[in-house]
Amino acid sequence: MSATATDQRPDPADTAAQPRRAKNTRRSFLGLDRDGLILAVPALIPVVVFSVYPLLRGIYLGFTDAQAGANAQTSFTGLENYRNLLDDSYFWESFRIGLIWAFAVTILQFFASLGLALLLNQKLRLRWLARTLALVPWAMPPVVIGIMWRLVYHPNAGILNDVLLDLRIIDENVDWLSSFSLALPAVILVGVWAGMPQTTVVLLAGLQSVPKELHEAAAMDGASVWQRFRNVTWPAIKPVVVAMTTLDFIWNFNSFSLVYVLTQGGPGGETRLPLLFAYEEAFRYGNYGYAAALGNAMVVVIAVFVVFYLRQRVREANAR
Amino acid sequence: MNRSTPVATTLKYLALAGYLVFLAFPLFWLISTALKTPQEIALIEPTWIPNNITFDNFRAAFDEQPIVRSILNTLLVAGVSCLVTVVLSIPAAYVMARYRSVLSRMTLVWVLLSQIFPFILVIIPLFLLLRDLGLYDTYIGLIAVYVVWSMPFALWMLRSYVETIPIELEEAASMDGASKVRTLASVIAPLLAPGVVAAGLFAFVSAWNEFLFALVLIRDPELQTLSLTLVKFIGAEGVARLGPLAAASLVATIPSLIFFAFMQRRLTGGLLGGAVKS
Repeated sequence: MSATATDQRPDPADTAAQPRRAKNTRRSFLGLDRDGLILAVPALIPVVVFSVYPLLRGIYLGFTDAQAGANAQTSFTGLENYRNLLDDSYFWESFRIGLIWAFAVTILQFFASLGLALLLNQKLRLRWLARTLALVPWAMPPVVIGIMWRLVYHPNAGILNDVLLDLRIIDENVDWLSSFSLALPAVILVGVWAGMPQTTVVLLAGLQSVPKELHEAAAMDGASVWQRFRNVTWPAIKPVVVAMTTLDFIWNFNSFSLVYVLTQGGPGGETRLPLLFAYEEAFRYGNYGYAAALGNAMVVVIAVFVVFYLRQRVREANAR
Repeated sequence: MNRSTPVATTLKYLALAGYLVFLAFPLFWLISTALKTPQEIALIEPTWIPNNITFDNFRAAFDEQPIVRSILNTLLVAGVSCLVTVVLSIPAAYVMARYRSVLSRMTLVWVLLSQIFPFILVIIPLFLLLRDLGLYDTYIGLIAVYVVWSMPFALWMLRSYVETIPIELEEAASMDGASKVRTLASVIAPLLAPGVVAAGLFAFVSAWNEFLFALVLIRDPELQTLSLTLVKFIGAEGVARLGPLAAASLVATIPSLIFFAFMQRRLTGGLLGGAVKS
């Protein structure tokens, strides 16, 4: 073993080929020897200080009455924040909006992306253009995406009203983002636009792992397009789809920047996602404890999806 | 599939055209707005393509001091975050790849958790912590947060690069009497170069694009990052301001575009596909 090692030492070209895991010999603290600790600790310190500790403190804060203000005293209040949350109609409203937003964006994004991925998986002209464009939304800062769509939705200077007027779908300019009934759908559309690239790329990767021969065999046997999708493609991509949509849902439920830039939660709270609500509570009204409690409530919702996601992963791992 | 009918083909192209319009249209409008004069933007009937293309909006955006200043701020914050993330992540990723320790497994859990926790849960305590440490409203505070926030991805990525490096290389080095730290620095790190570039770019772009942390942790207008300044711009509505706003937005997109041009093959190739499957 050592003979071959010396032979191939400084040649990076063929090193990429063979992955291998070291079998660790000496162990001490947490399974690391001294060298291991020296290498890991510099990264661990900031992680513990700025990630693990805040996370735990955030959970704890949710059970206190922490407030902004120089002489505010913090005391442990147990479940009081949660009792107040249950009585708070704004909380229910923002949770309802958050769930509608997360479900709508995730589902629409999935179907739109599946369609695009299926198209991009075929031999079509202009496929390269679509592939490149499909990545564009991904490459844009969320704040810029928000600003860009504000320009599209702008009541006077925006292009959307112009197009819809020309098509006679509307007969006067609409102020999309200020309308009580239209703001949420308008924001959801932006969410779908922004999230489609990632989902499409993942689905495309999934589709490319489906064996071509299976498709051809099914076609030979006279299976229709739908039957081939149902019986060949879908079973192959299903695990990826479940994992991806679960993560998408969680990310969407946690979103902030896009909607903040588009509407700041308005009009009248019609697009106030839970995170926007929590942000206002904490940094406009200074109710840190209450906002943290809301964060904890979000964790409970997310946990349901995480459990679902992990079970799927375990099932996948067992199937392999 | 080879014998698709003309109708099916037409439908496919129609669908493709629909997607192209949906994806490209907003961007087209942003560019178009950025190149128009204020008079043309204010027209009741918007024009699709600017009648006379002007770069005045870019000049106007830059004349507004905050834009230049915040671009420099963002470059500094993102650049330092990127450097620190990479320097801290290389050795840690190495440990994750080479040791089957409790720590490696805990790190993995943390990587997954950090993807799914609502930011509000960390952002309030982070705000309080930075305030207590005297780092609220400073570059250092923001950078610390960005570093920790980019690290899951950097670790994940570098770890898989380390795993492709044959262990024999290290055994040879240790036989020659080099310590682990020395081996890492002189044998492993150079081989990680592509991964380091990718992780570094990712850290840079995340910091460049970030908004929520900056919104909460920075108050001083002098320290504002670009995202914050752009959002301030919106407040000062008025149709005339739309041109400079669009122009500044386009400028803000440039680093991400470079990143994606660089990463495109890897991204489409299966980075995410792999991440979801693995």
